[in-house]
Amino acid sequence: MTADVLKISNATKDRGKARVLSDVSLTVQPGERVALLGHNGAGKSTLIKAVLGLTPIGSGAICIDGAAPGSTKARRATAYLPEAVSFHPALTGREQLTLFAKLDGAKADVAGLLDRVGLSDALDRRIGTYSKGMRQRLGLAQVLLGKPAVALLDEPTSGLDPISRQDLYAIIDQLAGQGTAVLIASHALTEVEARTDRIAIMRKGELVADDTLTGLSRRAGLPIRLRVRAATDADAIAAQIGGQRINGASVELNCSPEDKMAQLRRITDLGAAVADLEITPPKLEDLYRHFAQEPKEGDVS
Amino acid sequence: MNRAFAIAACEMRILQRNLWLVVATVIMVLFALALTFAGSAPTGSLGVDMLTVSVASMTTLSVYLAPLLALMISFDAIAGDADRGSLALLLSYPASRGEVLLGKFMAHLSALAIAMVIGFGSAGAVAAWSGGAGTESLIALARLIVTSIILGAVFVTLGYFISSLASSSTAAAGMSAGLWLIFVVLYDLGLLGAVVMDQGGSFTQTLFPWLMVANPADAFRVWNIAGSDSVALTSGMTGAASALPVWAAPVSLLLWPLIGFGAARLAFQRIEP
Ligand SMILES: Nc1ncnc2c1ncn2[C@@H]1O[C@H](COP(=O)(O)OP(=O)(O)O)[C@@H](O)[C@H]1O
Ligand SMILES: [Mg+2]
Repeated sequence: MTADVLKISNATKDRGKARVLSDVSLTVQPGERVALLGHNGAGKSTLIKAVLGLTPIGSGAICIDGAAPGSTKARRATAYLPEAVSFHPALTGREQLTLFAKLDGAKADVAGLLDRVGLSDALDRRIGTYSKGMRQRLGLAQVLLGKPAVALLDEPTSGLDPISRQDLYAIIDQLAGQGTAVLIASHALTEVEARTDRIAIMRKGELVADDTLTGLSRRAGLPIRLRVRAATDADAIAAQIGGQRINGASVELNCSPEDKMAQLRRITDLGAAVADLEITPPKLEDLYRHFAQEPKEGDVS
Repeated sequence: MNRAFAIAACEMRILQRNLWLVVATVIMVLFALALTFAGSAPTGSLGVDMLTVSVASMTTLSVYLAPLLALMISFDAIAGDADRGSLALLLSYPASRGEVLLGKFMAHLSALAIAMVIGFGSAGAVAAWSGGAGTESLIALARLIVTSIILGAVFVTLGYFISSLASSSTAAAGMSAGLWLIFVVLYDLGLLGAVVMDQGGSFTQTLFPWLMVANPADAFRVWNIAGSDSVALTSGMTGAASALPVWAAPVSLLLWPLIGFGAARLAFQRIEP
């Protein structure tokens, strides 16, 4: 037996003629945070709904803590935050969360949970008066109900301001800390991915990458950028280490991850001629673009 | 079952908050009272008490109003949640789809029952107080209330069926208006047309009463009329009902909520939120 609490093996699903999931295999371990990235329509929501048993898959298998999607055991083990969720406007936040707690069958500190997501002031106000961000927080509060084994968050950052985002990361960390496997779907490039343990990228129903951030950088082979600030003569430095002079006093050069150390040694050998050195690894955005975008005409994928 | 009750409690709260319960009850009271007073004129000539006349008019009212109120309360039950995106979340919890449907049904039927009991009950009380009531007319009133609730149950479940089939809340509203028209108006018109064409032939004699009683709205009417001679007398509609065995109308009306719930459950199963 593996330790994977969520195991998706070769999931394939067609919708009409379109293949929305194509041989997707993905596992998440307890306490692991995995980002699921991809453009709109890549199939992230479909994959999450398949895990929840809300939509069937054509072939392949999904296993949640040893149970089949949609079974009572699996539903008890999972928590879900739908994309752009809304609730009945006539109920209060406390009433809505109490209903979820009852459906979950777990004793819950409803007021405490709402306080945890920063809704303690709006506890007894109708959801109709909530802002989009507040509804999203209410959605997050129900994810925390009953210590789920797997949490599936579909675009959790949408509608959140930067400060709320910090709260979201804290909640994701709290979930992972208590041993929940967390899968976070996102189409936008946010800080979430950098704070996850692994990144999976989908493109048109296919899983095109599934690795740690470092692993992805290595595979992509995107260059690392070095910027050297000269103490006196930038041209002399450029002549010695190659690269390009940008503004008066700096030289910029790109190198592959393998060449990085060798290149750094050459720079430090220059001694006092170098005033400062800046190393910029490939930006998350570049990585994402590398994997998530269609290969260009003529490119070999 | 606890989960169904939890859902029912929430739905009931929603009905109170959005004033549906109050509005439905007020509609029932107003219509029932209006009909009771409007129908009070011919009391003497027929030799029955005023409550009997009142029950006869309210039976006619209920054929239209009970399905209407029931559909108004139920058409949004699934489609509304689906529109909001909260249906997917609800179904990710351990409550089964049957429990979700049952929970909503308990709340919606209770609300309908409250409106019926208060509406017909107050009109009946006024009629009895001002024009007298006997044991028979009191039984007729009780029968009217109970059968109206069952008729409501039929259309609550049919509303869920439509709500599960419709792609949106708006579509569900349109479809339930159509359903109401078919069951309450067009079906009878069609039958009537067939009877006229048939000119008292074998269709009118044999098939027609059964076709009529197969419609829950007509079964409701027949049950109430057949149950009380004096109600039948005042409503002037005895012919077709007398051709049927007494159990036909009750069986039809009691079967329909089961059929409706089964259809709704099947349609609900097909939804991918
Ligand atoms: N209910 C549906 N009916 C038909 N097609 C759908 C439905 N939901 C999603 N799709 C299609 O499936 C594909 C994947 O969608 P989705 O999983 O929502 O993508 P993502 O969440 O990554 O943006 C898209 O091409 C979308 O058009
Ligand atoms: Mg999506």
